Amino acid sequence: MPVTDRIAEAGKGAIVGVSAPRVDGTPKVLGEFAYGSDLWVEGMLHGATVRSPHPSARVRHVDVSGALAMPGVRHAMTAADLPAGRRYGLDYADQPVLAEDVVRYAGEPVAIVAADSAEEARAAAAAVRVDYEVLPAVTDMEAALRPDAPPVSERGNVLRHVRIEHGDPEAEADVWVEGYYEVGMQDQAPLGPEAGLAIPAADGGVDLYVSTQWLHSDQKQIAPCVGLPESKVRLHLAGVGGAFGAREDVHMHIHACLLALATGRPVKMTYGREESFFGHVHRHPARIWVRTGARRDGMLVNCRVRLLLDGGAYTSSSPAVVLNASTFAPGPYEVPNALIEGTCVYTNNPPAGAMRGFGAVQVCVAHEAQMDRLAAALDMDPVELRLKNVLHTGSVLPTGQVIHGSAPAREVLERCVALPMPSDLPAAFRDRVTLPGGAGNVGRGEHVRRGVGYALGYKNIAYSEGYDDSSEARVRLERGPHGVVATVHSAAVEVGQGLQTVLAQIVRTELGVDEVVQMGADTEVGSAGSTSASRQTVMAGGAVAAACSRVREHLFARAAARSHAGATLAGPLRLADGRVFAGDVAIGVVADLLDPPLEATEVYRHRPTARLDGRGQGDPHVMFAFGAMRAVVEVDLDLGLVRVVQLGGVQDVGKALNPRGVEGQIEGGAAQGLGLALLEEIQLRDGKIANASFTDYLLPTILDMPPVVSAIVEEPEPGSPYGAKGVGEGATIVATAAVAAALRDATGRELSRVPVTPDDLVGISGPRTSAGPAPIPDVPGPRPVYEYR
Amino acid sequence: MQFFRPSSLREALEIRAAHPEAMPIAGGTDLMVEVNFGRRRPGGFLDVSRLPELREIRREGRTVRLGAGVPYARIIRELPGQVALTQAARTVGSPQIRTRGTVGGNLGTGSPAGDALPVLAAYDARVVLASATGTRTLPWHDFLLGPKRTALAPDELIVATEWEAADGPGSFSKVGTRNAMVIAIAGLSLQLDGAARRVRVALGSVGPTILRAPEAEAFGAGVLDEAGAWSDPRARVPEDAMARFGELVAEAARPIDDVRGTAAYRRHACRVLARRALAWALDDRRAAAMEAAS
Repeated sequence: MPVTDRIAEAGKGAIVGVSAPRVDGTPKVLGEFAYGSDLWVEGMLHGATVRSPHPSARVRHVDVSGALAMPGVRHAMTAADLPAGRRYGLDYADQPVLAEDVVRYAGEPVAIVAADSAEEARAAAAAVRVDYEVLPAVTDMEAALRPDAPPVSERGNVLRHVRIEHGDPEAEADVWVEGYYEVGMQDQAPLGPEAGLAIPAADGGVDLYVSTQWLHSDQKQIAPCVGLPESKVRLHLAGVGGAFGAREDVHMHIHACLLALATGRPVKMTYGREESFFGHVHRHPARIWVRTGARRDGMLVNCRVRLLLDGGAYTSSSPAVVLNASTFAPGPYEVPNALIEGTCVYTNNPPAGAMRGFGAVQVCVAHEAQMDRLAAALDMDPVELRLKNVLHTGSVLPTGQVIHGSAPAREVLERCVALPMPSDLPAAFRDRVTLPGGAGNVGRGEHVRRGVGYALGYKNIAYSEGYDDSSEARVRLERGPHGVVATVHSAAVEVGQGLQTVLAQIVRTELGVDEVVQMGADTEVGSAGSTSASRQTVMAGGAVAAACSRVREHLFARAAARSHAGATLAGPLRLADGRVFAGDVAIGVVADLLDPPLEATEVYRHRPTARLDGRGQGDPHVMFAFGAMRAVVEVDLDLGLVRVVQLGGVQDVGKALNPRGVEGQIEGGAAQGLGLALLEEIQLRDGKIANASFTDYLLPTILDMPPVVSAIVEEPEPGSPYGAKGVGEGATIVATAAVAAALRDATGRELSRVPVTPDDLVGISGPRTSAGPAPIPDVPGPRPVYEYR
Repeated sequence: MQFFRPSSLREALEIRAAHPEAMPIAGGTDLMVEVNFGRRRPGGFLDVSRLPELREIRREGRTVRLGAGVPYARIIRELPGQVALTQAARTVGSPQIRTRGTVGGNLGTGSPAGDALPVLAAYDARVVLASATGTRTLPWHDFLLGPKRTALAPDELIVATEWEAADGPGSFSKVGTRNAMVIAIAGLSLQLDGAARRVRVALGSVGPTILRAPEAEAFGAGVLDEAGAWSDPRARVPEDAMARFGELVAEAARPIDDVRGTAAYRRHACRVLARRALAWALDDRRAAAMEAAS
């Protein structure tokens, strides 16, 4: 049944597959939802952070005496005052809680202070005197690989190198196309800045209320740094105002806990917008060299990729990002021979880490430009060329992994081509704010040309490379004052994507109840894993479904036991209308069967994956989701200004649990991808961020973001709950590449770098060039430089 | 920190004289950003947003007098005939910013990116300043001295700006990389004055302060003269002359590279905008003449 037919009048009763209104929607729209920055408790102190202004420097001395003498200041800490562990990190603890002898990026925390008011805390932070000896900085990712480059990390400058050999990498082709591509540093720019409140507890522990993506990972990193067992570091989710990967890493968590434990007072820390740019990791800037070879008939023969990612000063999730970028580098196409070499380096730039799309975004810009270039070289339609080579179930990937699950890439692209096109009313007859340049009144339709571009991409869902990825959930069914109530307790984080709504739909579907209560996410229940990698619908959804299923088993057992004990049941048990039926015979009323209440805790795991071997061969990914995007743009050819007229997105989701939620993800992901194509870049000058504000880091406005038409492809993923795949990243991956393709179509220019600037579009700046691929670092085979996870 | 909220101009000027450390604030759309970022910490605030004298729009003959405290939203509603100014007002920030922000604030900040400023320059506007001891009126270029530097004395307030309404069409255009809510990387205002047979062009965000393009203006007026376009709006100006006009305007720019854009692009944008703005002005004049004739 087409998804649109299922958009029922959704209300409290919405079950899986029906568009449901967001449970958090109304309070958010009314401004009543409490975000992390709204946290408040009587008597709390405010923390502030002293950050390095230098990308590379020796810290000779830190003097907090001036700060401590200021009014309202209660405490100050430097690395010398740390009570326990000194470093933390997602997979590898290399990030200092406070800088020790050196700082490795501009913005690195050096000292923290607590004061009675936020203003006094900021003033005190400004009064901390740090004596730096400025050292040479490595601020270019290729420079980091030079033999004479100063080592940024204690382990050198190669963070991870991945080498994937497939078939015969020397295989010859009839036609080769070669390209060099660059992707700038995008920021997640969550509208809610980093915020949390640490409250010291009577048992000597600490309770941290924080906006994050993964409570248990935070807990694991915080505990050793504050010198407490994990059981005494209790985390509670505070309202999250967007994440997009920026909250995977610890930010103010450890600092606030340290200050709270040292002062015995609650301590709140909230970053302002400017500090937020320094307070989280960013998307990896990339340089990608590709040679694509094909037969005259368009069948791909060989793909040779060299890609370089700038990981910045610390490891964060870079090892997984470069693995992803490498495995997805050829795009969603069958290619019998390939050599893919991906390197992530340390530099003195701000650390890079997780961001929506996670390595797949950068390579999509390159592989889709290559497909268009190849189509031009072969004089073939670009969509036809893609369809000729597209992956399908049974395809073998360059890692040797065989796609056993669903892979409807062909249908995704075909549906995308079939989406309705926007009106082509000539520019001169339209409202001028719909012209390139928007509200700026720069044209009356002169020299506006339309362009159309397509992109197809794919990505893994959930964690890869043998990681033991799991999610726990507890479900309790009991009698409430107004009927049967199901209570769900999961540590899975709602970051605004709509998870809570989906979990409620699952409970209603499995237990037939109307009223679903969701406990706040905290560490009192087992880990749900990260709200990342498009994984929570599958993982937390799987756990909740499993717990519901267990509760239902108990309920049926109880119903059977209490009804005509010993008598033969008239058929298999099922739930309907608040009753338990055996066949067509009602054998009990659910509400009467819940004394005592029924409860179950279950852990969901996806199928195991495996690491790559010495030639980059293995079974690293669980499942794949495909996405396609068509961009229609208009370019003012004289001014190089752009109006994206329409984005058309199609996504492969296995099964849409909440179709309207999927559409929302397609639209939001498209907006973020459009931002990277046209506007969003953290500009670094010698390692320092030059545009740390929303005045100069430009996000798309409603005049930049066009209407989105979308379609959902449902081909169930075998073995996944309801056949679902994740939906959070697909549109972001393809939107940037699609907009870039449309801009090339409109201007005829090469446009080898995103974000595309007006200078690029009018030809003031030419395509980016490279003297040749970056050298391959001298590391043994494709193994990680250190053990990843 | 002291906060003053006078209810009349006279009271405000007395406070201004006694407390020169108190920063005048109207909409606060610029100043409060600076304060919130910790870049500025004034010794106090003098709220001028309630002064009736600053909230007036007056017309006397051809003279338009715009109170310094009139927000952009009111300009859009109440001064539709001042086309370039209303176009500039529409490009300012978001609806919320336009409800609060004022031309007086644009003048007081004195940024070369102030959206209303190129229009005031193309209007040959004057700035009216008052202190407890008197009033003075300065031409715009004697008021805007450099990047964020103005001729405002510590005891003065900006009361109004005034200009003679021109006999002819005008426009304002702003280039930014985003389609709304963006700081200009180049702004241009062009005003035709049929009675004086003059073309006036002013540029924003492409120099340390607002710039006029005198050579281009003289060239433009001459070209219209040669084509007979001053007396006959239907007369066509040759394409190469239009292009040359754009070149001359671009040459008047003194742009730099910064995070918002490159100098080369800014100059390029001036060239394109100038040529377009002159073409629109001639088109609008032609259309008005044909409408009048029919």
